[in-house]
Amino acid sequence: MRVLVAGLNHKSADVEVREKLAFSGEKLEPGLKALLQLAPVKEAMIISTCNRVEMYMGIEEPEEAIRQVKQFISSFHQIPAGLLEKALYFHTDTAAVRHIFRVASSLDSMVVGEPQILGQVKNSFQFALGKKATGALMNKLMKKAISVAKKVRTETKVAENAVSISFAAVELARKIFNDLAGKSVLLLGAGEMAELAARHLMTNGVSEIVVANRTFERGCELAQTFNGRAVTFDLFKQEMVRSDIVLCSTGAPNYVVMKQDLHDIMKERKQRPVFLIDISVPRNVDPKVNGLENVYLYDVDDLQGVVDSNRNERGKEARKAEEIIAAEVEVFERWMASLQSVPTIVAFRQKAQQIGEGELEKLFNRGGFDEAQRKAIRQMAFSIVNKLIHPPTAALKEDAEDRDTLIVLLRKLYDLSGD
Amino acid sequence: MGAITFDISLAFYFCAMLFALLDLFKGTKTLPKLMLMSALLGFGFHTIYIIYAGFSEGHVPIVNPHEATSFFAWCIFLLFFVLEYRYKLGLLGSFITPLAFALMFVSFILPAEMKPLPPILQSQWLGVHAVFAFLANAAFAMAAGVGVMYLVQEHYVKSKNLGGLFARLPSLYVLDEINYRLITVGFPLFTVAIISGSIWADNAWGSYISWEPRQVWSIISWLIFGIVLHARLLAGWRGKRAAVLSILGFLTIIGAFAGLALLHKGQHVFP
Repeated sequence: MRVLVAGLNHKSADVEVREKLAFSGEKLEPGLKALLQLAPVKEAMIISTCNRVEMYMGIEEPEEAIRQVKQFISSFHQIPAGLLEKALYFHTDTAAVRHIFRVASSLDSMVVGEPQILGQVKNSFQFALGKKATGALMNKLMKKAISVAKKVRTETKVAENAVSISFAAVELARKIFNDLAGKSVLLLGAGEMAELAARHLMTNGVSEIVVANRTFERGCELAQTFNGRAVTFDLFKQEMVRSDIVLCSTGAPNYVVMKQDLHDIMKERKQRPVFLIDISVPRNVDPKVNGLENVYLYDVDDLQGVVDSNRNERGKEARKAEEIIAAEVEVFERWMASLQSVPTIVAFRQKAQQIGEGELEKLFNRGGFDEAQRKAIRQMAFSIVNKLIHPPTAALKEDAEDRDTLIVLLRKLYDLSGD
Repeated sequence: MGAITFDISLAFYFCAMLFALLDLFKGTKTLPKLMLMSALLGFGFHTIYIIYAGFSEGHVPIVNPHEATSFFAWCIFLLFFVLEYRYKLGLLGSFITPLAFALMFVSFILPAEMKPLPPILQSQWLGVHAVFAFLANAAFAMAAGVGVMYLVQEHYVKSKNLGGLFARLPSLYVLDEINYRLITVGFPLFTVAIISGSIWADNAWGSYISWEPRQVWSIISWLIFGIVLHARLLAGWRGKRAAVLSILGFLTIIGAFAGLALLHKGQHVFP
C-alpha cells in the first residue's frame, strides 16, 4: 500500500474555489464514504478547513487512484474537471508523507506556525477513525504526524512567533478604530477560529463580546468564557447595529449577511465604521458589502496579505522545522519499507519450503525408506533449508539502511515475483 | 531686513517640504526630525518678517496679495506645529508642508510693494476680520490635508493592499476625528470673520453685504462647512464623505482666494 495526498490549499486555489470544494459539516461523512468506494482507495481521511481541503489516502496503483480521485471530486462537488486542474495537487509516497507532516506542523499554513491546524488534523483523523475509514497505514501515519507536529512546536519557535490570522485582524482593527477600548465584538457563529480571534481582540482591549450562534446553548457557553453575553441567532442584525467588529464563522453554505442588510444597519448606526472579518469558508458575508461606505470586509484570503509581511522573520525557524520533518519522514519511510519486507520474507520462506518439499517428494517416491528414516531425512532437509534462509530473513527484519536494496536483490535472486 | 527674513524662511520651508516628501518614500527616524526643525526655523524667520512688516505699516500686514498669502502660510504652519505637538500624526508634514510652501512661493512671486491703505479701510475691524478669517482658513486647509490622508489610508484598507504608507499613516478613526475637530474649530472662527467683516463693511460703505464675488464665495464655503458639521451630527456623514466635503470646501476657499488675489478686483483690494 502507498500513501496519496490529493487536495488544494490557500496557495493553489482562491477562496471562491476552496469554498466550492469544502467538505463542511454534513458533507464530510458522505464524502468520506464515497471516497472509500473508489477501487484503489483502501484507507482515507478528509481534512477540510478554511485554508485547505485535503484527502489523505492509503492506495494501490497511484495513477489510477489519482484519476479516480479527480473524477470523484469533480462529480461530488459538481464542478467541471477542467476547473480543478490548476487548483488540485497530488503527492505520493515520500512527498505525501512530508506534505502531511508539514501540514500538521503548520509549516504549510497560510500563517506559518498558527496553532489551529494541529487540532483540525486531529479532529479529522478522529472522525475518519470513528467511521472506520482508516487502517494500519493511516493510523500509524497520522499518529506520527501529530507527534512530529508536537516536536516541531517544542523544538522550534515557529509557533511562538506565529502571527496568526487573529493578530492580523487585531492590527487591522487598530488601523480602523485606533483604540479597541470601548469597542464591542459580535461573534456570528462559534467556530474555533472566531473564538481565537475574539480572544486576541479581548486581550487587546475590546470591552464587550456578544455571541450569536445557531445553537443557543453553545453560544451561551462561549459567551461565558468571555464574560460576554449570548443572543439567539435571529437577533444578529439588531446586534450589528451596536457592534464595531463582527467575526463571522457560521459554517453556513451561503451568504448570511447581505449588502442590503448592512446598508440598513449602517443607517441605523449613523455610519459609524464597522469591521467585518469573514473567516468562514464558504464565505458568509457577501463580498459586495465592502463597497459600502465605512464598512471594511476582510475574508481569509485578504488577511493573508496582512500576514505576508511578517513571513520573513519566521523563515529561519521554519527551516529548522523543515529539518525535523525531513528526519521524521525518513523514519516513517523506513517503517513503511518494513511493511514491504514482511511479504518478501513470507514469499522467500514459501519458496524455500516448496523446494524442500519438492525434493523430498522425489526422493520418497523412489521408495526404500521406512517411517523412521523418512522422518529423519525430512528433519535434516528442513533444518538445512531453515539454516540457509535464516540470515537473509533476519537481515530483512532488521531496521537497516540498505534494506530496500536487499528486498529488491532477494526478490530478483530467488525470482520472488508477486506477493 | 524684511525681505531677507522672508527669503530665509522660504528657503527653510523648502527644505522642510523636501524632507517631508522624502519621508514619504523612505521612512527613517531622522527625516521627520529634520523636517520639523527646518519648518520651525522657517517659521521663526517668517514670524520676524511679519512682526517687522506689521510695525512698519502700523496694522496687521495682510493688505496686499503678497502679505495675505504669506500670512495664510504662517497660520497653516502655526496650526501644523500645534497638531504635531498634540497628536503626532504620522506623515502629517508630508501632506501639509507642500501646500504651505506653495502659498509661500506664490507670496514670493507676488509684488511686495505697498500701496497706502485707503482711510476708509483703516479700522480696528480689519485686524479682527483678517486674523479670524486666516486662522479659519488655516484650520480648513489642515482639515483638507487630513482629509486627503484619510482618503489615502481608506484606499489602502478598502483595497486590502496594505503596503506603501499603510503602516505609517494614522488610523482612520484618528484622521476622521482630527478632520472633524479642525472643522469645529474653523467654523466658528470663520463665522466670526464673516460677522466682523460685514460690520466693518457696514462702517465703511454703509451696508453689510454688497454681493461682490469674494463675499459670495465666503458664504458658499461657510455653507459647505456648515453642511459638513450638520450632516455629521444628524445623518452620520463621516469618514470618506466628510473628508471629500472638507477638501471641496477648502478648494472653494483657495479658488476664491487665488482668483480674486490675482484679479485684484472688488472691494477686497486685498484678498
